[in-house]
Amino acid sequence: MLIPCPHCGPREVSEFTYIGDATKVRPAPDASADAWSDFVHARRNPRGRHAEHWQHTAGCRAIVRVTRDTVTHAVYGASLAGPWGEGEAR
Amino acid sequence: MRFSAAALVRGALTGNRDWPRQWRAAAPKPTYDAIIVGGGGHGLATAYYLAKEHGLTDIAVVEKGWIGGGNVGRNTTIVRSNYRLPQNAAFYELSMKLWEGLSRDLNYNVMFSQRGVLNLAHTPAQLDAYAARGNAMRFEGIDAELLDRDAVTAMVPHLDTSPSARFPIVGGLLQPRAGTARHDAVAWGYARGADRLGVDIVENAEVTGFLREGDRIVGVATSRGEIRAPKVGVAVAGSTSQVMALAGLDDLPIESHVLQAFVSEPLKPIIDTVVTLGAGHLYISQSDKGGLVFGGDIDGYNSYAQRGNLPIVRDVAALATAMFPNISRVRLLRQWGGIMDMSMDGSPIITKGPIDGLYLNAGWCYGGFKATPASGFCFAHTIARDTPHPQNAAFTLDRFRTGRVIDEAGTGPVPQLH
Repeated sequence: MLIPCPHCGPREVSEFTYIGDATKVRPAPDASADAWSDFVHARRNPRGRHAEHWQHTAGCRAIVRVTRDTVTHAVYGASLAGPWGEGEAR
Repeated sequence: MRFSAAALVRGALTGNRDWPRQWRAAAPKPTYDAIIVGGGGHGLATAYYLAKEHGLTDIAVVEKGWIGGGNVGRNTTIVRSNYRLPQNAAFYELSMKLWEGLSRDLNYNVMFSQRGVLNLAHTPAQLDAYAARGNAMRFEGIDAELLDRDAVTAMVPHLDTSPSARFPIVGGLLQPRAGTARHDAVAWGYARGADRLGVDIVENAEVTGFLREGDRIVGVATSRGEIRAPKVGVAVAGSTSQVMALAGLDDLPIESHVLQAFVSEPLKPIIDTVVTLGAGHLYISQSDKGGLVFGGDIDGYNSYAQRGNLPIVRDVAALATAMFPNISRVRLLRQWGGIMDMSMDGSPIITKGPIDGLYLNAGWCYGGFKATPASGFCFAHTIARDTPHPQNAAFTLDRFRTGRVIDEAGTGPVPQLH
């Protein structure tokens, strides 16, 4: 699996550390316990296209938002996470 | 047909041509008292214990593929109960006791071999932690022995226990009653046992939806037609999120990850126990055919592919040869992957609900094989009596929301770390 790091170009997956599901949005600090439990524990866990965060720990150390297929392992694209991101994978 | 010494002799004298099918190829009936979705080890064991312990024999086990084609045939066959947390220790020890009588109970040789499981310690601190775990196990009535380096060397002579080893060994924690079992035989034995009690095992029937009446689940739609039952148990670890999404539950505390396993070419006997590395993650044993059977970490990202990637192959090979330098030129024979239900605390879910008529057995991470008998036993109890068995009462679905998680590894809600 090659992940196209926006800074470094296509790099081997072993340079990256998996963080997890990128669709989960952190609730407000005063949100309900259920909302926090949902953020921490509940996962859609799709079979197919999945948006996820990886950190390029053995490279530029940026956190990258990757769109990947969980059945074929095909990587569709990657952009920087957060407000620096752009394009399809955001 | 019962297996016996006389039956074996008769089979030998007739050229082994007359062994019958071990279970019927059942076509689904329109209605049953209960349906088990998933014909893996856990689903088959559930059906077997529902029939045997609770007299519920009008049951269908609905399997998407064929018996033995999923995770029950994709593990490294290790059976152990060396857990520290009391909920896990009690549950897995129930499983161990069922394993000890399983071949006789099923009249089917599951080749359960209590060859011991040895966890290696590489630092004095790790050995202290093992001592604490061993003591916790003994409080629960589970066997545990702390070994020093000399005892480890005597037990596993090919292990590199020299001070210059890549991961120097200071001792280990041994569970002598742990060991291995032939995983296919477990699936076949439970399938045959359930079939003999009247359970219909329906292969090649994929569940495509759930039938509802009001708020209740009253059956399943499958690729072989609709099947109705007042109770539907789901035991499809690896695909739990997919099947439960058909019932409208798409937010379970589970991620699917791929775990690889490996078998080497056959060798003369060199390892007569199960050895696990305490630095890094590797577990290795030797099959009766002589192949070294080993595995390591999950690949570490969401995956439904029943195959992994090369970085883990490299890691596993490096760790195996660091432990046993004399296998460095041994060739791999086979390598495969299975899909794990990685739960958010590393512990399973066996519970009624969350919808009426529905029962859930999931979240086995990569410890499902050894749990097979107790999982079936407790799930059957939960389905038959609508109340959990004492040994699975803690494995609820709402423990994540209420904070009563059972986190054996202490790594928090990060599935890839369990």
